[in-house]
Amino acid sequence: MKSKLIVSVSPHLHKNESVKKIMWMVVLSLLPTGLAGVFIFGPQSLWVILLSVISALATEAGLQFLTKRKITISDGSAFLTGLLLAYNLPAHVPFWIPVIGSAFSIAIGKQVFGGLGQNIFNPALVGRVFLMASWPKYITTFTRPMIYDAVTQATPLALLKETKILEYVSYWDLFLGKRGGCIGEVCILALLLGAIFLFARGYISWHIPFSYIITVGLLAFVFGPNGLFTGDWFFHILSGGLVLGAFFMATDYVTSPLTRRGQIIFGVGCGLITAVIRLWGGYPEGVSYAILMMNAATPIIDRYTKNRIYGTK
Amino acid sequence: MKKLLTEFLRGIIKENPTFVLLLGLCPTLAVSVSVTNGIGMGIAATFVLLGSNIIISLIKNVIPEKIRIPCYIVVIATFVTVAELSMKAYSPALNRALGIYVPLIVVNCIVLGRAEAYAAKNTVVNSFFDGLGMGVGFTLALILISGIREFFGTGKILGYTLIKGFEPASVIGMPSGALLVIGLLLGLFNLLKEGRE
Repeated sequence: MKSKLIVSVSPHLHKNESVKKIMWMVVLSLLPTGLAGVFIFGPQSLWVILLSVISALATEAGLQFLTKRKITISDGSAFLTGLLLAYNLPAHVPFWIPVIGSAFSIAIGKQVFGGLGQNIFNPALVGRVFLMASWPKYITTFTRPMIYDAVTQATPLALLKETKILEYVSYWDLFLGKRGGCIGEVCILALLLGAIFLFARGYISWHIPFSYIITVGLLAFVFGPNGLFTGDWFFHILSGGLVLGAFFMATDYVTSPLTRRGQIIFGVGCGLITAVIRLWGGYPEGVSYAILMMNAATPIIDRYTKNRIYGTK
Repeated sequence: MKKLLTEFLRGIIKENPTFVLLLGLCPTLAVSVSVTNGIGMGIAATFVLLGSNIIISLIKNVIPEKIRIPCYIVVIATFVTVAELSMKAYSPALNRALGIYVPLIVVNCIVLGRAEAYAAKNTVVNSFFDGLGMGVGFTLALILISGIREFFGTGKILGYTLIKGFEPASVIGMPSGALLVIGLLLGLFNLLKEGRE
């Protein structure tokens, strides 16, 4: 007879939290961003979000059914992956882009490794990078905000890369989201609302996002276009997908380090790679690559930042 | 006769060099961009395998134990040179496409592996069928991988467009796509094997 007594290590604290609850809370915190995205880029972006989420849920359920495992789409993790992938896409992509991207995210980014908790890389970013490498022309064609009829426009970072002057975009435009970009990355205000909610509930800590953003800002300031210490650090923090990536993707529980020290190393590493790609690399934006590369380094960081067990040397 | 057939078939399914023994993955990753390259590489490797297996099983009794690997390499390199020069003469385009990977057959683990593990211990006829089976198994694996990669990476098979309006995923044609496709196929074959056992 199997014993029903569960023996576990201390601390024996009970908290009214579960993976399921946290996942749905993160989804909730991303809601204002989605609303802002739909408002800025028009109803087309709503379709992208819906297709991406439905495809993620269908892929998860389908694969779990085929491999005869418990179907866990109600835990919200597949929903969150689909949502985050959609936020990383421009509004006017062909309908099959979010569908294939989400299916790839769930199948290759997550289920291949054994499902939630086993994946090495952030699934949503795996999907985005796959789409980016496969069909770059769709993923890098951004539409003008607030017009709703698919007039294309480059992102502020892409314009900067082509060394054009940034006259049309002010800090306020960047903060409120009046710029070209992906659905969920443009409105910093909505992202910050969600992030504050997550901080208040204690679901994410400051270590990764703050060390990440500060590193990018610092490097952008030091290595400015007109010599040292002249960079527009505020522009670099507000533009691109940095805020979305730092608060919602780099902080993924599964793929980021466990200890506080490790999380700071992780954040600084993400910031370094992002800044290097932005300032000297071939792409205008490097957030997704930076987070994926640091995801790969997470097991090593965890190994070297183990907390000392109390009472030992 | 039946034994020879099993020798031959073993290399194709049960001990497929690519999907079961996991040998010779470097050329597989590198050249499986198009089916033409895959077939060319497969035929060249099969030729070298056949030649080296026959010669090594013939001279296995005169090769000193301690320097057997250099001896094998000399035999293999001879056949690789023959293959490379013939390829240069009769299909220079294929030779250009395969590039450095033709001379690198010398260090292909399948060829050396069969020489060490099989030809050095078995008769000429058995070694011939073993080499043929391994070569055909390698070629079939290359055709499968390169077929998938060419279709999804460029939308074509052997240069012909199959489906109009299909937008190829260029990542499958890139090096990362090779690792992805081989990994997925390996998983699939292991799944099938588990199901059968």
